[in-house]
Amino acid sequence: MARGERIQIAHPGWCKNCGICVSVCPTDILITGKKSVEILDLEKCIGCHNCELICPDFVLKVVANDEN
Amino acid sequence: MDFEKYLRMDKLPHIWCPGCGHGTILNSFIRAFAESDFDQDKTVVISGIGCSGRATGYLNFDTLHTTHGRAIAFATGVKMANPELNVIVMTGDGDGSAIGGNHLIHAARRNIDLTVILFNNQIYGMTGGQFSPMTPTGDLASTAPYGNIDQNFNLAELVAGAGGTFIARGATFDPRQLKKLYLAALKHKGFSFVESLSQCPVSYGRQNKAGDAVEMLKKQEEDTINFKKWQQLSTEEKKLKYPLGILKELDNPESEYTVRYQKIIEQVNNEGAL
Ligand SMILES: Cc1ncc(C[n+]2csc(CCOP(=O)(O)OP(=O)(O)O)c2C)c(N)n1
Ligand code: SF4
Ligand code: SF4
Ligand code: SF4
Repeated sequence: MARGERIQIAHPGWCKNCGICVSVCPTDILITGKKSVEILDLEKCIGCHNCELICPDFVLKVVANDEN
Repeated sequence: MDFEKYLRMDKLPHIWCPGCGHGTILNSFIRAFAESDFDQDKTVVISGIGCSGRATGYLNFDTLHTTHGRAIAFATGVKMANPELNVIVMTGDGDGSAIGGNHLIHAARRNIDLTVILFNNQIYGMTGGQFSPMTPTGDLASTAPYGNIDQNFNLAELVAGAGGTFIARGATFDPRQLKKLYLAALKHKGFSFVESLSQCPVSYGRQNKAGDAVEMLKKQEEDTINFKKWQQLSTEEKKLKYPLGILKELDNPESEYTVRYQKIIEQVNNEGAL
């Protein structure tokens, strides 16, 4: 995991609110929202990629901080 | 990772249900492909019918969406005519082990250089949850309302026994391992087969009261074990867990079918028919 990388909701419209990403986030910063996933506290993201790798819908992407 | 170049962006979001494991398989496949040195324009991905069969519709490769059970037959034709192409098959447990089971056996027997990714959700997902040959004994299905009486079927062992030279099993709860297995399977010269355990919270999950995708993934983790650890278990304990990892790997590129076919062509051209 590279430093200075955090999660981005790259394709929010594709999210089906399944909650899988929420269950694999070690810092508990993701929640299912009204319609799609939401980030509670971006600062706490450690860029571990757990959520991006398991998301069945290509919604999430870890990106460099300056892209977020 | 810039996965967008591997996807047909205009076809997304995909039709799979919320929490369907098939999307995680596609996700892991794309990452494996990106790490391989394969040329996207020299790669063909072929699928049959079922929810799993829809996978090719979202992939920005040359793809064929064929008839039920016949993906491997089409793939064999593509590979025989163009041995330089990388040919990948995406098939369901019904598509690949029931109606298409014979094609699977014979492609493995020939050791033809295909990479077969079998999406195993242990049910006919698309048609509403009839049991497949991969449905465990006792599970409920629309065609087994009192519990499935069929015996459990170890498809990976069948493919290994038929002569497949790379056999692995992964699961969607561990996408890192899934990606590694796909990458190894892509690089393997010969018939490679990766059974990929996938959760179907709708057609399987509802009937079997398996909970939502998150609960099904937790169960998947409990029901599986690393292959090396599995080998240390007693015969009785072994029956209770699915081993994950590379189950068989035989490196013998000379025995690959199109290589042997090319040899016979050269022989006949040089010496005439025997
Ligand atoms: C020749 C033929 N027989 C039956 C069907 C109906 N059918 C469509 S998909 C399917 C089973 C799909 O199950 P599986 O291969 O496990 O894929 P999944 O949908 O679970 O991903 C069946 C029986 C068909 N389309 N064509
Ligand atoms: S795993 Fe993907 S689709 Fe599911 S809630 Fe998270 S972002 Fe949305
Ligand atoms: S990258 Fe890791 S820490 Fe950041 S949101 Fe995803 S799972 Fe949580
Ligand atoms: S029916 Fe099952 S396999 Fe098909 S898309 Fe829905 S969850 Fe996935």
